[in-house]
Amino acid sequence: IFDLFLIYGETASDSESRAEAAPLSASTDDTPEVLNRALSNLSSRWKNWWVRGILTLAMIAFFFIIIYLGPMVLMIIVMCVQIKCFHEIITIGYNVYHSYDLPWFRTLSWYFLLCVNYFFYGETVTDYFFTLVQREEPLRILSKYHRFISFTLYLIGFCMFVLSLVKKHYRLQFYMFGWTHVTLLIVVTQSHLVIHNLFEGMIWFIVPISCVICNDIMAYMFGFFFGRTPLIKLSPKKTWEGFIGGFFATVVFGLLLSYVMSGYRCFVCPVEYNNDTNSFTVDCEPSDLFRLQEYNIPEVIQSVIGLTTVWMYPFQIHSIALSTFASLIGPFGGFFASGFKRAFKIKDFANTIPGHGGIMDRFDCQYLMATFVNVYIASFIRGPNPSKLIQQFLTLRPDQQLHIFNTLRSHLADKGMLTVATEDE
Amino acid sequence: MLELRHRGGCPGPGAAGAPPPREGEAAGGDHETESTSDKETDIDDRYGDLDSRPDSDIPEIPPSSDRTPEILKKALSGLSSRWKNWWIRGILTLTMISLFFLIIYMGSFMLMLLVLGIQVKCFHEIITIGYRVYRSYDLPWFRTLSWYFLLCVNYFFYGETVADYFATFVQREEQLQFLIRYHRFISFALYLAGFCMFVLSLVKKHYRLQFYMFAWTHVTLLITVTQSHLVIQNLFEGMIWFLVPISSVICNDITAYLFGFFFGRTPLIKLSPKKTWEGFIGGFFSTVVFGFVAAYMLSKYQYFVCPVEYRSDVNSFVTECEPSELFQLQSYSLPPFLKAVLRRETVSLYPFQIHSIALSTFASLIGPFGGFFASGFKRAFKIKDFANTIPGHGGIMDRFDCQYLMATFVHVYITSFIRGPNPSKVLQQLLVLQPEQQLNIYKTLKTHLIEKGILQPTLKV
Repeated sequence: IFDLFLIYGETASDSESRAEAAPLSASTDDTPEVLNRALSNLSSRWKNWWVRGILTLAMIAFFFIIIYLGPMVLMIIVMCVQIKCFHEIITIGYNVYHSYDLPWFRTLSWYFLLCVNYFFYGETVTDYFFTLVQREEPLRILSKYHRFISFTLYLIGFCMFVLSLVKKHYRLQFYMFGWTHVTLLIVVTQSHLVIHNLFEGMIWFIVPISCVICNDIMAYMFGFFFGRTPLIKLSPKKTWEGFIGGFFATVVFGLLLSYVMSGYRCFVCPVEYNNDTNSFTVDCEPSDLFRLQEYNIPEVIQSVIGLTTVWMYPFQIHSIALSTFASLIGPFGGFFASGFKRAFKIKDFANTIPGHGGIMDRFDCQYLMATFVNVYIASFIRGPNPSKLIQQFLTLRPDQQLHIFNTLRSHLADKGMLTVATEDE
Repeated sequence: MLELRHRGGCPGPGAAGAPPPREGEAAGGDHETESTSDKETDIDDRYGDLDSRPDSDIPEIPPSSDRTPEILKKALSGLSSRWKNWWIRGILTLTMISLFFLIIYMGSFMLMLLVLGIQVKCFHEIITIGYRVYRSYDLPWFRTLSWYFLLCVNYFFYGETVADYFATFVQREEQLQFLIRYHRFISFALYLAGFCMFVLSLVKKHYRLQFYMFAWTHVTLLITVTQSHLVIQNLFEGMIWFLVPISSVICNDITAYLFGFFFGRTPLIKLSPKKTWEGFIGGFFSTVVFGFVAAYMLSKYQYFVCPVEYRSDVNSFVTECEPSELFQLQSYSLPPFLKAVLRRETVSLYPFQIHSIALSTFASLIGPFGGFFASGFKRAFKIKDFANTIPGHGGIMDRFDCQYLMATFVHVYITSFIRGPNPSKVLQQLLVLQPEQQLNIYKTLKTHLIEKGILQPTLKV
C-alpha cells in the first residue's frame, strides 16, 4: 500500500516530472463510473483516499465470501490470481523490451505457464485425490507417467523456442525466455505452496494472509500518525515507527484471530476429498494444536494480568511466529517489488484494481509468506503424509517392502508399541 | 580476463547506432534526478536502449587470451593453422576422455566431486558472461551475493541427497540429525538472508542492472545446479545410468561431426550453419549402435550396475548387489525379418539395452537442441565461446551444453519407468511419523504383505 500512497501522495509537481521521465505507463484509469460520480465533488487527494478505502473494503468482503464458499472456490481464485500476476509481469517484460512483434513469443510464454501448472497441479491432484485417480483408468495412466508427460510437454516448448530464434532478435528472445522462467518460478511455485497450505487446513491459509494485510494497514496507520524516521531509501514513505507499531499490532491481531478461528472445525481440519459425496469435506478430530491447553504465565506478566494460568491454543504460539515473519520479513517482498518498479520505471504493475494498481501490487508481500508457511509446516508441524507413504510403499519391490516392514516392526517393538494382541490381528 | 570497464565507452563498430555521447554520464550518474527529462544521461534508460536495440548494434565481447600450453604449440609449430587446430582439438578430446576413464576408475565419490567442480565452473562462466554483458563488475555486493546463492541452493540440494543416501551415517551424529530434521527451514532461512541482503543492497542508480543480475543468477542456478543434482541422483541409481547417457551424447557429437565432415551437404538449421542433415542422421544411427554396444559391455559388471550405497561399517561407498532384472540376460525372439538377416531364432540381450535405445535416441534427436540453445545464446551475446578453459574447445559450458537436457531426461525416465520411490527415503519418513500413525501403517502394510503372500501369517517377532 505504501508505495502506492507514496505515488498518490506526491505533490503535483513531483508526479509531473516523473511523468516526464517517460515511464512505461499502465493503461487508463479503470475507476468505475459510479465511484467517479459519487466522489466528483471531493478534492483529488481525498478522492483517491476514498477510492482506495472503498476498494480495500470491497476486497476484504470478497475475501470473506470466498472463504465461505469453500476450498474448491479458493483454489480456483488462487489459480486466477496466479494467471493474472503472470500476465501482468509478462506484459511489463513486453513493454520493457518492445517485443510485441516477436514471433511466437506470447504463445510460448502461455504454453510454458500451462506446462508448469500442469506439472504442479498433477502432483497435488495425485496426492489429494488419490482414490478418485485410481478409479479412472485414463487418470491413472496420466498420474503414473506424470513426470514424463510434463517433461515432454516442457521439452516441446523448449524446442519450439530454439526453432523460433530469429537472426536479429536473439538477445531479445533470450531475455524474454529468461523473464518468463523467472516469472514462472516466482508466481507459479508460490501459488502452489499456497494451495498446499490450504489443504493443510484453511486456518493456515487465512491467518498468514490476514497477518500480511493487517501489517500493511497497521504500519500505514502508525506511520501516518506517528511516523518520523525513514526506514529505507527504497520506499521513502515507510518509517521505523510504522514498522515497529505494525509489528506489535500484527502479533496481537494474529493471536486474536487464531483464537477465534481455532474454535471452528471448518478452518482447522485438513481438506479432504470424499469419494462418496464427490466433494471436499473438512471434518475431523482437531489435532493437538487446536485444543485448548493451559499455560503457566511467567511471573513478569502474572502481576500485570492478575492470572496464573491462561488457556490458549498451541496454534496461537505458532501464530506469533507467523505474524513476526509477516511484519519483519514480509515488507522485504514489498521493497523488492518497489525496487523492481523503480528499475523499470513503472508506477504500478497494472491498473486492474482502481486505486490500488495491479494484482501483483496487492500480492507482493504475500509470496514470501506463502513459502515461509509451507516450510514452517513441513519443518515444525506435520511429518510426511501417511497415505502418501503407503502409496509409495505399494510401488516398491517385494524384497524392499519386506525389508522396510521388518525395520518398522523392530522399531515399533523397541518402542514397546507392539503387543502380542496387535501381532495376532 | 579482458574487461570492459569503461562505462562511458562503447567500443566497436556498432557504436554508431547507439545514442550520442555517453562520456557525460561517466562522471557519475548524478543527472538522474526527477526533474531531468534528458534520456541520454539517465543510466537506467541507457539500459533500456541496450535492451531494445537490434543485435547488430551490440559490440562483440571478446573472450580471454589463448591458453594453449607451450608444449603443444612447439610440437605443432610446423603444421598449418587449420591442421594445428584440428590436432589441438583431437589431443584435448583424447585427454578429456582419458581423464573421464580415470575418474570412473576412482569411484563414485570422485565422480560426485567432479560433477560438483564442473557445476561450479559452469556457474562461474555464465555469471562472468553476465558481468561482461552488463558491465557490472563494480556493482556493490553482487559477486558475493551470486556465490552466496550458489552456496544456498547447493546446500539445499545436497542436504536432500545426503539425508536420503547417508541415512545410517546421519542417524549416528547428533548435530547432523538436527540439521537434517530442520533442513528445509535452515535452507529457506539462508536463502531469505540472501534475498534481504539483495534488497538492502539496491543502489539508486543501478536498480535495473541489479535486477538483471539477480534474474541472471537465478536462471543460471536453475540450469546448472538442478541439472547437476539430477546427474548425481542418476549416478546413485547405478553408474551405468551416468555413463551411458553421457557417452551417448559425446558419441553423438563426435560421429555427427565426422559424418558431417565426410558426407555433409544439406544444412540443418540456420543457427548452426556447420551442422548438416547427413551428420544428424548418421550421428543418430551410430549413437544408437554405440549405446547398444556400450550397454551390453557395461551391464556385465556389478560395479556399474548396482546402486551406490554408503556402508557405515566400512565408511565408504560400495556397489555390490544382486543385479536387478534389467541387467540379467534374457532371451528375446527376433521378429521375422531380422531372423532372415541374422539367421538366428533368438538373441540374448540385457533389457537395459532396450532402454539404452531410448536414451541414445534422445541424445541424438533432442540433445542437439541443447547445443542450438547454447549457440543461440552465444550469438545473442556475441561471444565466441563461453570461456577459454579448454584450449581448442572453449569453456566447460561448451562441452556440457548438450548434457543438461540429457541428465533431466534420464532422471525423469528412471523415475517414470524404472524404479519406484527410494526405499530408504520411505523408511526414513516412516520413522519420523507419530507412533500411532506408525502403528496404523504397520497394520496396513502387514495386511497387504500377507495378502500378497510375501509375509507368512504365522511369523512371530
